[in-house]
Amino acid sequence: MSQEKDAIVTRGLVREFGPVRAVDGIDLSVRRGEIYGFLGPNGAGKTTVIRMLITLLSPTAGSIEVAGYDPVTQPDQVRLRIGAALQEAALDDKQTGRELLTLQGRLYGLKEREIASRMGDLTDLIDIGDAMGRMIGTYSGGMKRRLDLAAALIHQPEILFLDEPTTGLDPISRNRIFVEVGQINTNLGVTIFLTTQYLEEADALAHRVGIIDRGRLAAQGTPLELKHSRGSDLIIINLEAPVSDQALEALQSLPNVDAVDAHDSELTVSSGNGAALVSAVALKLNEMGVGVRELTLRTPTLDDVFLQVTGSRLQREEAGQEED
Amino acid sequence: MAVATDATSITVHARKAGFFRDTFAVARRAVRAMLRDLETVIPALCVPVFMFAVTVGALQDFAENIPGLDYRAFQLPVAVLFAVTGVSRAITVVTDIQTGYFDRLVITPVNRVALLLGLMMADFVLIVALTIPVVIMGFIVGVSFETGPLGIVAFMLLAGLWGLVYNGFPYAIAFKTGNVAAVNLSFLLFFPFLFMTTLFIPQEQMTPWLSTIADYNPVTYILAAERSLITDGWDPAVILYGLLSTVGVGVLSLFLALAALRGRATRK
Repeated sequence: MSQEKDAIVTRGLVREFGPVRAVDGIDLSVRRGEIYGFLGPNGAGKTTVIRMLITLLSPTAGSIEVAGYDPVTQPDQVRLRIGAALQEAALDDKQTGRELLTLQGRLYGLKEREIASRMGDLTDLIDIGDAMGRMIGTYSGGMKRRLDLAAALIHQPEILFLDEPTTGLDPISRNRIFVEVGQINTNLGVTIFLTTQYLEEADALAHRVGIIDRGRLAAQGTPLELKHSRGSDLIIINLEAPVSDQALEALQSLPNVDAVDAHDSELTVSSGNGAALVSAVALKLNEMGVGVRELTLRTPTLDDVFLQVTGSRLQREEAGQEED
Repeated sequence: MAVATDATSITVHARKAGFFRDTFAVARRAVRAMLRDLETVIPALCVPVFMFAVTVGALQDFAENIPGLDYRAFQLPVAVLFAVTGVSRAITVVTDIQTGYFDRLVITPVNRVALLLGLMMADFVLIVALTIPVVIMGFIVGVSFETGPLGIVAFMLLAGLWGLVYNGFPYAIAFKTGNVAAVNLSFLLFFPFLFMTTLFIPQEQMTPWLSTIADYNPVTYILAAERSLITDGWDPAVILYGLLSTVGVGVLSLFLALAALRGRATRK
């Protein structure tokens, strides 16, 4: 296996389910050692892409390379090099945490002393103390997620796939997983392919982000690049009624306005100097008799990029839904 | 917060464990789960005892008008087949599929066949264990084995082998459908096997149409082999037919189970 190759490469990746094209020609390159955040609304095809990358699903067309191997023709080579924690902690409630990790280690061909050593290494990550000897069915959601993550790491994979690892968790558990994922990458150099519904996680963690919409890769870049693509400042205006064409045109005609986007009753004005523009925007809307519920000035977030690319805000998507 | 990932004591290299190690690893998990779920085994013990008591109670006097027929000995193999048929971990396969744990297993380099054979190995342990109380029940009601202690072992193993090969059907349904209700219904497959054979009376006493069907039913030969071990002594031809019938069913059931497993593990 060549060390120079990217960790994950797809070319023209397509997956159809009958007449439905869930993934439509995706080209991805994930570099070794990076955290790649894969974002998209429910049903966009995120999970389908992950399942193809981890050998659970064959592509209809296109090529994939994971850790230098083809998941279709060399699935075992891929499996030896990846770990995965999929949506919902995939665990067996009728085993103890220790039994589950031991079985996982045995299936990766580890010797008993290697398994014991790895369990020792992962103890802090799991951080469930005596509960390691308890049935997994008695664990909390956060404990299950951490055990799931440990199971994915028992064999020291080169690439870790995490499909919405924090969905459904309370903020404290979310933060713990979030911090651990960063440390796994920083300290062990593990490449991480991460899907999440929490854009602030992707923003803070991911070196690069890809946004998938309707099976296509709609945007890709570092979080900073993507946010800069929306301009340096954004004025977000929530109107009392849906946006009219006249209001849109009036705002577009103001000086120093880079772009104006409208989605339902939300207007987004991009500008290089939002602070200088905000009063002009408010006056113009007032002059036109347009009712304003809220007006805020801020720098762009990934959610703004998401809105521009997909037409909806991810943060408003209903969390926790199975997407594919 | 504790940092788990800042150092590792050793570097490990994942590798294929090999067929036997994979099979034993899967079997160990299944046996462990079985021991924790002993309450699910109770019906497998109650049904044969009930069937044996009711059938012998209702038909013994009538059936023993047939010269030379010991009806309790005749019914003991039926009881043992009821005890061992359909005792499988197929429901746990469905649970694994539904919880996503099956996906976790198949993204390891585990040998796919080991995922099935490990479960069946655990089933075999339980199935053979289930024959013990049935044999003891036979002793209590006065059944003795013409073939002696070795014949008892052969009786248990043949029943165990049947139970094992039959399990291919519920596993095939579990892997194919991932549905608990469908797996539960798989026991119905056993009904034609068991009721269209020499369940209640010897084949010579059956109506011609049912006797003809019984000729083509593999369970007829398995029951004959089991009965011969009790009442006739060692009869190699009868035992061989019993074994061949079991193997025949096994080839079919395992083919179906492995095909369903392959379909589940590699989603085209």
